[in-house]
Amino acid sequence: MSKERIKISEDLYDIMPSDYQDLVKSATYGKEDRGWKDIGNSKELIEQHSLCAGCPESMAFRYILASLPNPEDTVMVGSTGCTSLVFPMVAVHNIHSLFGNQNAIATGLKRALSVRFPGRTKDVVVLAGDGATVDIGLDMTLQAWFRQEKFTTICFDNELYANTGGQESGLMQKGFVAKMAPVGKLFDKVRLPEIARESGCHYVIQCTVSKPSLIEKVVRNAVMIAREIGPTYLQLYTPCILEIGKNSMEGLQEMRDSEKPTERFAYREYISEPAKQLLAEVSAKDKEKKAAAKQLASQGA
Amino acid sequence: MGICLPNPGEAHINGVIVPEEKAYEEAAKQFLMAKVPTLFPGPLVLWAWNEKAAKKATAIRHLYNTLKECVQPGQTPMLIPMPDYRPKYPKINPEVEINPNHPNLTIWHNKIDCCMFIGVHCHQANLSLKIIRGGTSCYTIAMCAQAGHEDAMLSFRDASVEKIMKLADAVKRLKGSVKPRLTSAKHGA
Ligand SMILES: Cc1ncc(C[n+]2csc(CCOP(=O)(O)OP(=O)(O)O)c2C)c(N)n1
Ligand code: SF4
Ligand SMILES: [Mg+2]
Repeated sequence: MSKERIKISEDLYDIMPSDYQDLVKSATYGKEDRGWKDIGNSKELIEQHSLCAGCPESMAFRYILASLPNPEDTVMVGSTGCTSLVFPMVAVHNIHSLFGNQNAIATGLKRALSVRFPGRTKDVVVLAGDGATVDIGLDMTLQAWFRQEKFTTICFDNELYANTGGQESGLMQKGFVAKMAPVGKLFDKVRLPEIARESGCHYVIQCTVSKPSLIEKVVRNAVMIAREIGPTYLQLYTPCILEIGKNSMEGLQEMRDSEKPTERFAYREYISEPAKQLLAEVSAKDKEKKAAAKQLASQGA
Repeated sequence: MGICLPNPGEAHINGVIVPEEKAYEEAAKQFLMAKVPTLFPGPLVLWAWNEKAAKKATAIRHLYNTLKECVQPGQTPMLIPMPDYRPKYPKINPEVEINPNHPNLTIWHNKIDCCMFIGVHCHQANLSLKIIRGGTSCYTIAMCAQAGHEDAMLSFRDASVEKIMKLADAVKRLKGSVKPRLTSAKHGA
């Protein structure tokens, strides 16, 4: 599908608020090589957000939405938390699920979409906080992976329950003291990337959102692999600057500091054999396409 | 006992089943009496999903133009879109769009005292109509493409281009026959 399906009725065009007119005019729906570089040159699929000023979740949202390979045929599933306040401003179909239920909802949705639209690629992407993914929703998260459900799970890991004022989460680091967890965490950060691998995910990435090009790559890979092979998981560090006592300008530095090779958010990836094969095929096709385009251009010149 | 929905060829006015012809007249009168008669087209007609949707959009524009031609000085017809159903939290501009999750904001802001929904999916229309009825004194009309709306004060069913045009004709015919209410009602609406 492409922009052809997203048209405003001519006779009512002038009354449409400008954000919708802009979406139709210059959003990158249907653009094959869409990515973070479109930010600034085209209408983004997020209008505004209600997160705290400088919250890295907002950067993560912008990069992810710019990188989804098929936004017009994607349904995102969210859960309660700071992320849920952003979804009403997102121009990709999305469903808000009861806290923790996101992977169960996504399972039914993905299956229903494959029955309803057998000939069309429909991607499902879950996007939820660490509390939703790892604590209250862990059962749903794992069961979907065990069952090899074909969708991507993205966890915005800010290492606590931010939206409710800073309670302890399974992904919080050992010893961390938060506003509503004054004793300090007594056990280690849950190793969800390892659990994801053992539970059957074919592509598992842990990183921060400091580099848009990296987010573009991992989001594209995760969606492609989920489409063809099975579950994929991205754990992205999006620090809650409010809860760790940083100001609006300090989120990026916090992520850079935490992704150093010895730190807890050093880049880590796991790719299963079938997923490796798929990525190699995709990359070979891309190269072929680029070579053909180059040849065409040189012939034209 | 609840409100029965009209059968084909009928409409309801305040829950009473009437022949459709009577509803055209009543809806036209309500528009012509209102200080701010307003059309709320929804996603089913704002977006050109198919030829039929685009044709309905043209008919709605015609109805709006007719209203503008037929009202008297001091009356201000409006055409305000409901582009989708996202709650648009935390900010919506109620002046230029209406949202089914807080439609009362648009009614209050623009002091709308008579409105018609068209091209809004049933569930969202019901939600909006209920909220408007509960919180404002705006007269609500539904030009429904299905079986009609019990939550509207006046509801057509099986909306089509022809029916929208027929309503425009009724407005033209009844121009000048009723006295406009030139003060707005209590709650802004
Ligand atoms: C079933 C249910 N339980 C508890 C809550 C209360 N609640 C709302 S947000 C939240 C924490 C969210 O934490 P996380 O998933 O990490 O997202 P964040 O706000 O940190 O981005 C909780 C416990 C709820 N809304 N629903
Ligand atoms: S509370 Fe934390 S995670 Fe939530 S919006 Fe504010 S900075 Fe971001
Ligand atoms: Mg969290």
